[in-house]
Amino acid sequence: MKFLRDILDQHKPKFEKGGKLEKFYYIFEAHETLLFAPNSTTKNSGVQIRDAVDMKRMMMTVIISLLPCLLFGIWNAGHQHYLAIGEMADFVAKIGMGAFLVLPIVAVSYMTGLGIEFTFATIRRHPVNEGFLVTGMLIPLIVPASIPLWQVAMATAFAVIIGKEVFGGTGMNILNVALTARAFLYFAYPSQISGEVWSYIGEGTAVEGYSGATPLAIGAESLTSGENVVASLNSFGAGWAENMYTLKNLIIGIMPGSIGETSVLMCAIGALVLIYTGVGSWKIILSCILGALFMGFTVNLFGVNPYMEMPAYYHLVVGGFAFGTVFMATDPVSASNTETGKWIYGFLIGVLTVLIRVFNPAYPEGIMLAILLMNVFAPLIDYYVIGANKKRRLKRATV
Amino acid sequence: MSKTIKLKQGFNINLAGKAQNNVVDGIQPETFAIMPPNFIGLERPKLLVNEGDSVKAGTPLFFDKKKEDIMFTSPVSGEIAEVIRGEKRKILEIRILADKQMEYETFSSYSTSELNSLNKQTITDQLLKSGAWPNIVQRPFGILADHTQSPKSIFISAFDSHPLAPNYDVLYKGEEQYLQAGIDVLKKLTEGTVHMNIDSNREVSPIFSNLKNVQLNKFLGPHPAGNVGVQIHHLDPINKGDIVWTIKPQGLLEIGKLFLEGKYDTARKVALVGSEVKTPQYYQTFAGAGISKFVQDNIHGDHVRFISGNVLTGERIKSDGYVGYFDNMVTVIPEGDHHEFLGWILPTTKKLSFHRAFGLFSFLNKGEFKPDTNMHGEERAFVMTGKFEEVTPMDLYPTYLLKAIMADDYDEMEALGIYEVIEEDLALCEFIDVSKHDVQSILRKGLELIQFS
Repeated sequence: MKFLRDILDQHKPKFEKGGKLEKFYYIFEAHETLLFAPNSTTKNSGVQIRDAVDMKRMMMTVIISLLPCLLFGIWNAGHQHYLAIGEMADFVAKIGMGAFLVLPIVAVSYMTGLGIEFTFATIRRHPVNEGFLVTGMLIPLIVPASIPLWQVAMATAFAVIIGKEVFGGTGMNILNVALTARAFLYFAYPSQISGEVWSYIGEGTAVEGYSGATPLAIGAESLTSGENVVASLNSFGAGWAENMYTLKNLIIGIMPGSIGETSVLMCAIGALVLIYTGVGSWKIILSCILGALFMGFTVNLFGVNPYMEMPAYYHLVVGGFAFGTVFMATDPVSASNTETGKWIYGFLIGVLTVLIRVFNPAYPEGIMLAILLMNVFAPLIDYYVIGANKKRRLKRATV
Repeated sequence: MSKTIKLKQGFNINLAGKAQNNVVDGIQPETFAIMPPNFIGLERPKLLVNEGDSVKAGTPLFFDKKKEDIMFTSPVSGEIAEVIRGEKRKILEIRILADKQMEYETFSSYSTSELNSLNKQTITDQLLKSGAWPNIVQRPFGILADHTQSPKSIFISAFDSHPLAPNYDVLYKGEEQYLQAGIDVLKKLTEGTVHMNIDSNREVSPIFSNLKNVQLNKFLGPHPAGNVGVQIHHLDPINKGDIVWTIKPQGLLEIGKLFLEGKYDTARKVALVGSEVKTPQYYQTFAGAGISKFVQDNIHGDHVRFISGNVLTGERIKSDGYVGYFDNMVTVIPEGDHHEFLGWILPTTKKLSFHRAFGLFSFLNKGEFKPDTNMHGEERAFVMTGKFEEVTPMDLYPTYLLKAIMADDYDEMEALGIYEVIEEDLALCEFIDVSKHDVQSILRKGLELIQFS
């Protein structure tokens, strides 16, 4: 790899202080450090050795944990397309179709976001943060495969600038950046992100009997139709996609939905990676699940309408709950920073998700709004947890 | 009477190059040095000697214009070889060319029974005059103790849990009577208790467990269990307005000898350790020893870093540098100023890490590590949460404390417990920090803000 190093060393002076391209030093640095870990050493005093971990490796761990969702999502996007137009296709064709749909979204998300990151790094003269590497992967996974690319670019730009950079960049943002992008789409372009958008139909025509309703939509419909939710789910897809919404398939996730969120199984694999590596907080994931189950059981108890009667555990497998819990709620920057706070934060996300789903039919998916809301409250939770610590200290002093 | 305190949080760093238990007596450095920057809280040192003057062990070299009673004296007898100054003529080192045969200034000596009848004034005067006083470190802030104050209690950690730390059984073997005398003397300086905190991770050393006039406490758990700050937190935490003193056993030894034999004898064993040392072992020498003779022909490779102290809290010194006043060890590790292709992602079991992020498999490696001085990354904003707490066995929130310091928020620093910590207590946070902050220097900045506010 010496030749690469030589090339970098040859061009480096241009970007250093006094060089012609001094302004773009941080862009150069971002690429250089991606190829080679830097050669800087510890200072004269303080620790003389440093842990091998760094932000790049941390963020990369999250991306790796997202890979199962991405790969499954690519196949599933292709599969759903052929299913919707009623054509048979082999595995390769489905992957090809999925890649044709998904990869441009990933590319647009990264290009827009990194472009903005580089611009800010150059203007504000700070190193490029690795945070967007994760955000750029999360955004494509939480949008439908049929989304127009310009909307992806708009949403990414909005989220990075308004959601993050105005607060001071990575580490300073209040809201989860990827969810900010999705919320932007949800409120700015509702017709492309709700309703019959989850399967890409394209030039073809939908098969007879086709319905793009998601399990959450079926749940919300039950409020007017009065039918049992589980029965509706089990009988969904008659004629063109049998057994699509059975409990088993809700877990496996071969169904329409946002690209990466359909499979609870893939999210669980991601969760295992995050928990095992310690990058994602198991406390948040567990407390989210507990919160959703708690609220699910509570509405079961009252059970005044079919949606409230839906078994509590169904809330864990429908919609984006699994994906949101594993990858969004655990974002360390926008979550609670204290360990006690994480329990409260996660639990309330679970509770709010079910509340929004069941009691607010205007918003079929509750997890996005629940997480964003709790992002806002996370500092407040921490404030009280830290306050308790301060009180213990004060109490001791007066004794 | 003694209780065991179990600590869960922390991290033991297992490095290569542990000292064998033999002590080399016979290699003596030519020069020794006392370095004013070693003493935190020393504000304006004023020299009392000139180059070429002859001094004995215990002859005052300088004092602090702000606290004129505390004398800093020569650790050995000989001739003042050189005074090294830095910017604004700040005194960095006073080098002494040592005599072959030590000569000592004479101070009052007492028998063991006489020690118990000494009064506080006599003790303080002798400690200040002889140069043994700076061994006493005052909390909060970890500064030179103020002799006009009386501490709430005195804490001594009888073990060092830092990486490659010297074994106190080797350092203090056969010195029990001096340690005991040191305790008897210090006991007179406080109304409160003298705490002796011993290691219950291994067989309890009789050197410390048989000491009298102290409260014995046992600590069980990984590093930083041996840090006196952590121990204070669990025994008798420091609140606003409290003053406690800490001293290392090395200080007790010097004080004990001073009162029993009437001389300021800084004889000490220094461990030379680290992966780059050919034969890691102990050397019998004096305070401020020049390391050049110890490391000569004893180092692998030529691109190494010499550290006075341990790898977490130590200070880089030159290959002909000197051991710091409070240090009993010199660590030698490889320098890490090299680029590594894709070094940020390649899987490895060899790179030491507290974390388990992708590719970091060091937790599977139960062997010894040979880390170099590479930063392994660049400084970033705080992102990861909850990790500092996993290596800080105290009821405080390091990230919040650091952020309060960065924001110059005095009330918040106080409320979050800045009085309870000094650099070494948060050194592990600095080591494991994903965002590569200089935790220890940020903390010292905060301590100074509060101290001089």
